Amino acid sequence: MPIVLHRIDERLIHGQVVLGWGAELEPDRYIIVDDSVADTPWEQELYAVGVPGGRSVEFHTVEDARRLHERWQADAARTVLLTKMPDGMRALAAAGALRGVDVNVGGIHHAAGREMVLPYVFLGPRERADLRGLAEAGAVVTARDVPAARPISLARLLDG
Amino acid sequence: MSESAPVRGVVVGHGGLAEGLVDAVRQITGADGDMISAVSNRGLGPEALRERLEAALGAGPALVFVDLSMGSCGMAARRIARERPDTAVLFGVNLPQLLDFVTHRDLSLQEIVARALERGRSAICCDDEPDGAHADRSAPDR
Repeated sequence: MPIVLHRIDERLIHGQVVLGWGAELEPDRYIIVDDSVADTPWEQELYAVGVPGGRSVEFHTVEDARRLHERWQADAARTVLLTKMPDGMRALAAAGALRGVDVNVGGIHHAAGREMVLPYVFLGPRERADLRGLAEAGAVVTARDVPAARPISLARLLDG
Repeated sequence: MSESAPVRGVVVGHGGLAEGLVDAVRQITGADGDMISAVSNRGLGPEALRERLEAALGAGPALVFVDLSMGSCGMAARRIARERPDTAVLFGVNLPQLLDFVTHRDLSLQEIVARALERGRSAICCDDEPDGAHADRSAPDR
């Protein structure tokens, strides 16, 4: 079973991911791709607390994820893969690993230099460039915070 | 009784839950903003939520009441508590727990945590429970 959700969400593991998408997709495993978290055991413990019983969680650097992504796609475990920001997903997509793959933008929040595009998506020049680069690498990028919401196209995000 | 400043309470939750709970506490007890305040995660990223919560906690001992153990509110509270030894975090907040808290803020943080856990758990009950918390009003045997 391939990775059932590639999601960009600053909060990584949280209610929408575990309860909203979790109920819809019934994943066996959550994979967090983030260089900082992969190097910080206490942060990993915080995120692991949020993972429901019976599901596993793994933490990987972007470099490791690029090496392991093909294996995860072929693995039996239904997997949700999360990056905090578009740059992490873009790096994962660089060698064509996400060609034709749906990438979900679930939460990029307000910060200096970012403007609101949707209530849960704030983009600055850097985020816009990374999302554009992600699409150029072949990923199909849409925004949707929860499964019941309508997907918003990348074109509309970048127009916003 | 604690000799330090009274413990400040902050409720943090999804959507309008925290504001609603704190509004109810104020309506029932007249508690003011120094005793208990609310923070919502609505529209906030992890850093912004953490900053909002830290500002609400201020200085001195504090107890954070969180709605869900998992999720952004729980994460923000746990991150802050790592760096503040006089801050405790409880998950699964409910109104009876908060009402008890605002009338016992002069206890030590440790005593308040133990009390809040007990009050929060015992508040969840059902009238049909054989050992319910209500007074027994059946007629005594004659």
